[in-house]
Amino acid sequence: MFTPLWLTLKVALLATLFAGAAGIALGWWMARRRFPGQSVLDSVLLLPMVLPPTVLGYYLIVLVGRNGLIGHWLERWFGITLLFTWQGAVLAAAVVSLPLIYKAARAAFEETDGRFAQAARTLGAGEWEVFLRISLPLALRGIGAGLALSFARAMGEFGATLMIAGNLPGRTQTLSVAVYAAVQAGDDRLALSLTLVISVVCVVLLVLASRLLQAKH
Amino acid sequence: MLDIHLRATLRSPDRTFALDAAFRSEAPRTALLGPSGSGKSTVLMAIAGLLPGAEGHVRVGGEALLDSARGIDLPARARGVGLVFQDYALFPHMTVEENLRFGVRRLGHALAADTRERVEALAAQFGLEALRGAYPRHLSGGQRQRVALARALATRPRLLLLDEPLSALDTELRIRLRAELAEMLERVQVPTLLVTHDLQDVQALAQSVVRIEAGRIVA
Repeated sequence: MFTPLWLTLKVALLATLFAGAAGIALGWWMARRRFPGQSVLDSVLLLPMVLPPTVLGYYLIVLVGRNGLIGHWLERWFGITLLFTWQGAVLAAAVVSLPLIYKAARAAFEETDGRFAQAARTLGAGEWEVFLRISLPLALRGIGAGLALSFARAMGEFGATLMIAGNLPGRTQTLSVAVYAAVQAGDDRLALSLTLVISVVCVVLLVLASRLLQAKH
Repeated sequence: MLDIHLRATLRSPDRTFALDAAFRSEAPRTALLGPSGSGKSTVLMAIAGLLPGAEGHVRVGGEALLDSARGIDLPARARGVGLVFQDYALFPHMTVEENLRFGVRRLGHALAADTRERVEALAAQFGLEALRGAYPRHLSGGQRQRVALARALATRPRLLLLDEPLSALDTELRIRLRAELAEMLERVQVPTLLVTHDLQDVQALAQSVVRIEAGRIVA
């Protein structure tokens, strides 16, 4: 029972890390810029939230599978295979949780007052410094809440994970996949205990996220 | 001392505003007086380098910060112009001391000992020593104004810009702080351009006045 839990935590943590870095950067960029086609790009970034996970999984197979556009290249130059590996599960979880952190980060950056950044510039700060010392710290609560939601979503990821990483006990079988496998095998006790574990962790994360959102400067 | 000619067109969905303002001043402290919507704060933003698309020239003490004809347009961070915002824009996540040091400590660099002493002396001069560890949300209006002024002066600007320095305060406080501000400005001796709609501010704070209406300087 603990192997899937540790695997899930590892996958969710790494996925949140990748999705977090990409989501914060995208959120900042989209909050600052106005360009044609922006709303289309915004929709594409939010797509993983509404697409069926199996469709998403299929897209990912097309991209990173052995004969996929990126997968072919990854294998040839780096010897990396993502299909049926836990790294593939990280990719699936990162893609589905990206919209949550992106949306939260963009909203948090848009809410922070632009005059603080302007004041920082008149005090000699360059754009990186404005980001690191002003924009990021002021948006941190919103971003933290987004990260907690992303992590919860990554932990619960099932459909795309199953399609990319499969269901290999001890190697790619995460909690949510293990629950499915236990029910299929008629092992109700195992299914119940796995369910309880994942529920408790998710409730804790949601409480954390709402605390972060409520607390204000 | 100040030689300004600014042209800019600001477009928002409901109106277009054309700014074409030229003036010079040799006074230590100049007031830009005009009603709200006259473009006076826009002039201040453009001098500070915070108005993209501004054309013309901005010369302070003979040095060009903006000169479209010669292709000069220094970014805000390189202009050496201290700006005190109307509502002060103190960084809410930093203490008074961190706010004061923001402009003199660059990211990844330690604060030099002499700079630290200079900022501490400035804090003392503005009566902020006891408030060093306080966050802006716990300060009174007058204290916020002093922090904003000291923060701008810490970088040793060649020009100090004040945007409606007293309008964030209620009437009673405004009268008291007007005198206090006049005294502080007299002491620091930095060339100053302040924007206001209040003739009393002009009389108390400036030696010279420039009037602006609908984006143009009027005699």
